[in-house]
Amino acid sequence: MALSRDEIREGLSDILEEVAGVNPDDVADAKSFTDDLDVDSLAMVEVVVAAEEKFGVKIPDDEVANLKTVGDAVSYIEKG
Amino acid sequence: MTEVVVTGLGATTPLGGDVASTWEALVAGRSGVHLLEHEWAQELPCRIAAELAVEPSEVLPRVRLRRLDRSEQIALVAAQQAWDDAGLSDDLDKERLGVVFGSGIGGALTLLAQDDILEQSGARKVSPFTVPMLMPNGPAAVVGLEFGAQAGVHAPTSACATSAEAISWAADMIRVGRADVVVAGGAEAVIGGLPMAGFSSMKAMSTRNDDPTHASRPWDRDRDGFVMGEGSGALILERRDHAEARGAKIYAVVAGSGLTSDGYDIVQPDPECRGGGRAMAAAIKQAGIDPKEIGHVNAHATSTPVGDMAEIKGIKRVVGDHVVLTGTKSMTGHLLGGAGAVESIAAILAIVEGVIPPTINLENPDPGLDLDVAANEARKVELNAALNTAFGFGGHNAALLFTKA
Repeated sequence: MALSRDEIREGLSDILEEVAGVNPDDVADAKSFTDDLDVDSLAMVEVVVAAEEKFGVKIPDDEVANLKTVGDAVSYIEKG
Repeated sequence: MTEVVVTGLGATTPLGGDVASTWEALVAGRSGVHLLEHEWAQELPCRIAAELAVEPSEVLPRVRLRRLDRSEQIALVAAQQAWDDAGLSDDLDKERLGVVFGSGIGGALTLLAQDDILEQSGARKVSPFTVPMLMPNGPAAVVGLEFGAQAGVHAPTSACATSAEAISWAADMIRVGRADVVVAGGAEAVIGGLPMAGFSSMKAMSTRNDDPTHASRPWDRDRDGFVMGEGSGALILERRDHAEARGAKIYAVVAGSGLTSDGYDIVQPDPECRGGGRAMAAAIKQAGIDPKEIGHVNAHATSTPVGDMAEIKGIKRVVGDHVVLTGTKSMTGHLLGGAGAVESIAAILAIVEGVIPPTINLENPDPGLDLDVAANEARKVELNAALNTAFGFGGHNAALLFTKA
């Protein structure tokens, strides 16, 4: 069964807290990983690898550059 | 000549999570060595070590920890303590702030853990923090970033002489005018299967597994090798007039330092301690004092059969037969790249407190030991000057001479 956007966002939020110490209360679709959540490029690599494992998706490196906000990532994972 | 003084001390060691608790345990003669319960240790010839008394996870935030090798974590802990102890603040001129911080082996535990991940899960799972965690300049870089140091961040690496060499470089940085304040020291955390198996294959480590607290026994007839420890020591070195202008407390003067190399063997100590002796002589010469003024040597004394007695020859020849020695590795184990800094702190506190920590487990002195050692009990002595020595695989020799503030 496909996950809802809320479920994906919640899963991402857990990853962000675990690998980058992001407060779950700060995670929202409009938030930029780098500008708002202080997730730098190295931390983003960890987020992507953990998200691939958690959601069973492939996120190619050239796609990662397009994932600027939490909403971008949720949408990408939602498409599967 | 520009005078360099010590204004801050920090440490995390097998005896305590800070300088005060480490010093208290040193003077009390407590051993930090124990039997390793880890599964990976059970098949090793040497199953004893001196692990940290306080885990870095008790001090640093979780996310910070996962991006730092254990050696970087403890470098940060020790350096922060030294910084706070010196009363330094953010308004310091960062272009005049340097760091010299070393590690003998670097992030070996990170290297091994990430190699396991590579083998088991593939390249994509390897942490993006692997390289900054395993690089040998990692501890220096992490400390430099923490305080915003911009006068230069350096990472000497000379095995077990590393952090003594770092203190020498730091003093030189100030003497030649490249910095006013330098955070100096070293960190090592490689208690793990491969490093211990490697040292064991060299027959360098004690195998007294059934009696851990008595395994590290410098100068004792029954010594059978060193015991590995982990830890970090940090010192704030400062130009005297800079320290005085801000009203800093001064622990001691870095009166002289000497760095030499043996040109003899990659791992065997020169049995005559010629290179080590030249390092001591260079430190004394730079300080411009009479060797008779040196009351104490915190010796390298690792508890290995050859090294311990070779050093005695060097000390006797260069410093004289009046000094009181101690080998604090009998309690801390051998902190490798962290040893010189932690033992320099012990030598400085010996001057400040007028107490030389004991060499424990010296039950049957080696017949060749003809110098006075503070054996088994701390010794109260008024000291004007104390020397610390450190020697490393590769034939690196360092000697640091501290005098009363």
